Amino acid sequence: MLTVIAVGVLMAAAARLQLLRERTSPLPERNEATLYLTSGNALRRMTIGYSALAADVYWIRAIQHFGDKRLGRAAAPGGAERDFPLLYPLLDLTTTLDPRFNIAYRFGAIFLAEPVPGGAGRPDLAIALLEKGLREAPDKWEYVVDVGFVHYWWLHNYREAAGWFDRASHLPHAPSWLGAMAATTLAQGGDRTSSRQMWQALRESADNDWLRGSAERALMQLGALDEIDELQQIVDRAAKEDGAPPVGGRVVQINGRVIVDPTGVPYEVDAEGRVHLGQKSSLFPLPDQPAHLS
Amino acid sequence: MNVFRESIRDKVFYNLVFFAILLTGASYLIGQLTAGQDLKMIKDLGLAATSVFGLFIAVFIGIGLVSKEVERRSIYSLLAKPVDRYQIVLGKYAGLVLTLAVNVAIMTVALYVVLAYMGWKLGAVSMSWEAPALDPALLKALALTFVELCLVTALALFFSTFSTPLLSAALTFGFFVAGRLSNDLRNFDEVMRSSAGGRVAEAVYWILPHLAAFDVRAQVVHGQYVPAAYMALTAGYGVLYITALLVPATVIFSRRDFK
Repeated sequence: MLTVIAVGVLMAAAARLQLLRERTSPLPERNEATLYLTSGNALRRMTIGYSALAADVYWIRAIQHFGDKRLGRAAAPGGAERDFPLLYPLLDLTTTLDPRFNIAYRFGAIFLAEPVPGGAGRPDLAIALLEKGLREAPDKWEYVVDVGFVHYWWLHNYREAAGWFDRASHLPHAPSWLGAMAATTLAQGGDRTSSRQMWQALRESADNDWLRGSAERALMQLGALDEIDELQQIVDRAAKEDGAPPVGGRVVQINGRVIVDPTGVPYEVDAEGRVHLGQKSSLFPLPDQPAHLS
Repeated sequence: MNVFRESIRDKVFYNLVFFAILLTGASYLIGQLTAGQDLKMIKDLGLAATSVFGLFIAVFIGIGLVSKEVERRSIYSLLAKPVDRYQIVLGKYAGLVLTLAVNVAIMTVALYVVLAYMGWKLGAVSMSWEAPALDPALLKALALTFVELCLVTALALFFSTFSTPLLSAALTFGFFVAGRLSNDLRNFDEVMRSSAGGRVAEAVYWILPHLAAFDVRAQVVHGQYVPAAYMALTAGYGVLYITALLVPATVIFSRRDFK
């Protein structure tokens, strides 16, 4: 009994000392943006057959890096550090250690391609990662669609996107609507209906809450774009009737009711009478207006 | 049976408690860290832990099978009994294999219990899984892991018949690592300038145990089919290699002078 008490007292004293050290003389924070091992093949050999477990560790590290930066905890003033410098190397290591790590490819497709601050703003790396996945699993129609999606949504290259959708439609187990999507993309690339269809498909095939959340956000952004178009017409009509555009910075009101976006933040009108999303909205900034094929 | 009883006395099965705590703790924590990959990670962790824990048992008990008896001088009373020396070696090997079998079987049950719980908890998202929670294919990975552990045990026993425990452990771990990486030796001749060097590398490739072949964990976790022919051929290779180790082990032990 005396031993137990002695151990308890010593442990409590050690914990107090640790607390005192943390408060009075903290060490400078370690730079988390360090990757000691960058070669996936070397790492695979070092894990002597337990590479799938090592891939899990790198996957956890990738999403922690992403979540940490995205939540802004590690962000420098002005968001300068929110460009996810380790996201691609971590996902690359994950997929080298476990080449069938499906979610790592698909996660990379969305968040590597999305512009800063939401993502890394590197659609080229997103495509490189997906092409790596395709070398491992050439019949994986989801990766082919995701490459097309990056071309469609982030690079606005509808001809290229249509080609990838068409390629995906010929793969085993591909859903029948892919052929139609390829044709629609080629004919009316960039219209909101096909964009919405694509995000809905991605939301339904997502096996991860973050991907699902990203698709839902994009769908809300598309909804906001539709609402802005409608509100713009109303504001333009009102400006014509009053002879001058509404005062800038005002929220949009119709019959005394404040009009809000899908997240509940009011729409605003600037000095030139343009309706736009409130900057406090989680949907801000809206994606570039899709353009039609030239 | 004596080796098995001794293992129980040595509290070898304490590792099962640690395994259970590891899996239960991981199943709770992983859900908050892995962004929907809980099931894959529990499978990876459970299969890898079964292999690692088994490896430690195989090596650290395997190397002591003979040397412990010599150190304690109990080898003399053993040799005085009406049994042949080869029977002693094979009996010790069988005892440790039984220990490993019980260990792997209990870990398998524990893994399936945790997976059943996770499958029940995450049932709503099961559509996106590559393989079901209670996938019987996991047994294929566990079966080959067991054969691999039997092979490592044979290695440890073989080295322990003529070497010290420390050297036996080093040699067994060395062969284990080399065996896991032996595929790299296959095409060594393409990167070596000397053709003789290439031939030596190829010879080493055929001599080393091909332990990488026993690792189908990633395949079963990703729902990829592992054919029965692959299982049979790999297990057959394992049995032949084990026999090839036990034969010299019994011969060395039979000729050894314990005076």
